[in-house]
Amino acid sequence: MQSDKHSSNDQSEQGFFDRPSNIQWMLRVFYSICAFLVIIDFFIHRHIETAAEKLPAFYAIYGFVACVILVLIANQMRKLLIRDEHYYENTESSSGKDSDQ
Amino acid sequence: MSDSIILDLPPFALFFIGAFVLLFLRGKTGSTIASIITVAVPIVSFIGLLQWQHGSFNEYQLLGLELTLIKIDKLSLLFAYIFHLAALIGCIYALHEKDRVQQIASLAYAGSAIGAVFAGDWITLFIFWELLALTSVFLILARRTEASYLSSMRYLIIQVLSGVLLFAGALMLIHQTGSATIRALDLNTASFSLDDLAIWLIFIAYGIKCGFPFFHNWITDAYPQATPTGTVFLCAITTKVAVYALARSFAGADMLVTIGLIMACFPIFFAVIENDLRRVLAYSMINQIGFMLCGIGIGTEMAVNGAVATAFNHVIYKGLLMMSMGAVLYRVGHVDGSHLGGLYKSMPKTTIFSIVGAASISAFPLFSGFVSKSIIMLEMIHSGHTVGWLLLLFAAAGVFHHAGIKIPFFAFFAHDSGLRVKEAPTNMLVAMGIGSAVCIYIGCSPALLYSILPYPIDYSPYDVSHVVTQLQLLFFSALAFVWLNLKGLYPPELRSTNLDIEWFYRRLFPQVWTLVVRGAGCFSHCFKLGGVNIVNGLIRFAEKYSEPPAVLARGWGVNSMLLALLSLMIVVLVFNYL
Repeated sequence: MQSDKHSSNDQSEQGFFDRPSNIQWMLRVFYSICAFLVIIDFFIHRHIETAAEKLPAFYAIYGFVACVILVLIANQMRKLLIRDEHYYENTESSSGKDSDQ
Repeated sequence: MSDSIILDLPPFALFFIGAFVLLFLRGKTGSTIASIITVAVPIVSFIGLLQWQHGSFNEYQLLGLELTLIKIDKLSLLFAYIFHLAALIGCIYALHEKDRVQQIASLAYAGSAIGAVFAGDWITLFIFWELLALTSVFLILARRTEASYLSSMRYLIIQVLSGVLLFAGALMLIHQTGSATIRALDLNTASFSLDDLAIWLIFIAYGIKCGFPFFHNWITDAYPQATPTGTVFLCAITTKVAVYALARSFAGADMLVTIGLIMACFPIFFAVIENDLRRVLAYSMINQIGFMLCGIGIGTEMAVNGAVATAFNHVIYKGLLMMSMGAVLYRVGHVDGSHLGGLYKSMPKTTIFSIVGAASISAFPLFSGFVSKSIIMLEMIHSGHTVGWLLLLFAAAGVFHHAGIKIPFFAFFAHDSGLRVKEAPTNMLVAMGIGSAVCIYIGCSPALLYSILPYPIDYSPYDVSHVVTQLQLLFFSALAFVWLNLKGLYPPELRSTNLDIEWFYRRLFPQVWTLVVRGAGCFSHCFKLGGVNIVNGLIRFAEKYSEPPAVLARGWGVNSMLLALLSLMIVVLVFNYL
């Protein structure tokens, strides 16, 4: 394993994404594109194969809601499923230690 | 066919010859030659492969069975092409790696995969099926940690189990039909009876290999434990061989649609909360295979085309993502999202390649996923699976969320972790560059991919409606990510273990087994103790009643003896006449 790494505390070495103004600018562009994609939905002729697609901006709404639901469920799942990172090592290591978390 | 010896060899042979030669190379010169061989073999083999025509070749007899070593058609050729390309990219990616074990295993593994897709009969398929397991396990073992050793043993057991089931099913099928030729099997009419057991055994064998739900954890267990270069080969090959086998024998099996939908949806929840970014990609792989299985399950020519096109693209873009994470692992020493971030400053080229892989897997227009995944989605609607289509749409949004955004964001952006490392080695960059170029080329010009699909295809992915709806889906998925992050609702990356089905065989079964062993030990101890006490009691009883004047110590009178003898004779007489 190549290990030529070091931690840097040199705050002067700021990248493009470290500047909040750049992030704000990028987010504004991003929001504009999102708005544009919803607006043109009313002007283009979409191929509609299912009843659900008749809803204006269906794909945009579905994508947003799907991801929010995904993350909210995953958050609850994590509460149930999370264990220490060495959870399995305790029963599997050759030392045979069996200390539970 | 050419008269050249190389071109007359079976398409997989050069990989095994290369691996065999590597066994004997020593020293610095040997190391250089080994590197050249690993890159040359896929190229020369691919040139040789182009000379082969469709048909059956190298037929032979074994134990009275007619076997076919090589059977070539468009389906098997497509998978052979992609395995050659994956092997070439993987070998370039691993050029800096001087570990001979990995080099030999990689070549033999790719050769086994090519042998498996060209196998014309069940027995030949079984041999290559097991060779896949035996060769690939070294790519996990080569990490040389205790965790990787344990993981490789679990991997081997599960893979060999798949092979054993395939062999059992194949033998039963050969016994029933008298033919060993691989053919389509009808799962829709198969009953849960002994007559159809062979079909189920083969189906489950394939299912284990491609990560059906409940059998999927070998992927998330073994792939993150393999070496940085080994995972690139692993993620390209084993599961795709299984996808090929399912497409060959189980196209149109309704059950595959259900299984595919489950596989497409459930892993994305695990991927969101997983910290090890290579494990995130492993979950993402199950999700992508789910898409492929849906296509195979629908079974129309168009849907199967969509499935194998997705498999083709998936090998490249998942390989690209795995390579970018492998580069991070190689330089930083880990790929824990919780302790990465800001690497775009140190590894800008790797960052760009990772973003290309992320855009491709997310099916952004102009990237490879866009031209293949939509075929499956469309066929899902045409076949009347509207709910299935909605679930696939959910999975498509989810894959962008975890593989498209999470992987590049937490590795290369997010907060600055302070890590300052070198850019990935040149050979890694070249390999990732080739992968990126293929992703973009196929995304921009899918005609070449469409021309090698197994069935004729008349589909144009680029129309305004498709592009806009796909962009809406992706941009608003990204908007959800941004919003959840700004609200502090996005689950933070934490070093942790998330329980999955593997808990049963990694935690519960070992603990139950320990309890059983302890219980058996306790029972044995109690049994021995109780036995000794009973014998002691009997001895004391015998002693008590055998000492004069106890009943057993008394002498018998003559009358008593005669009476006993007479009784015995009467009993014998009675029994004699009964």
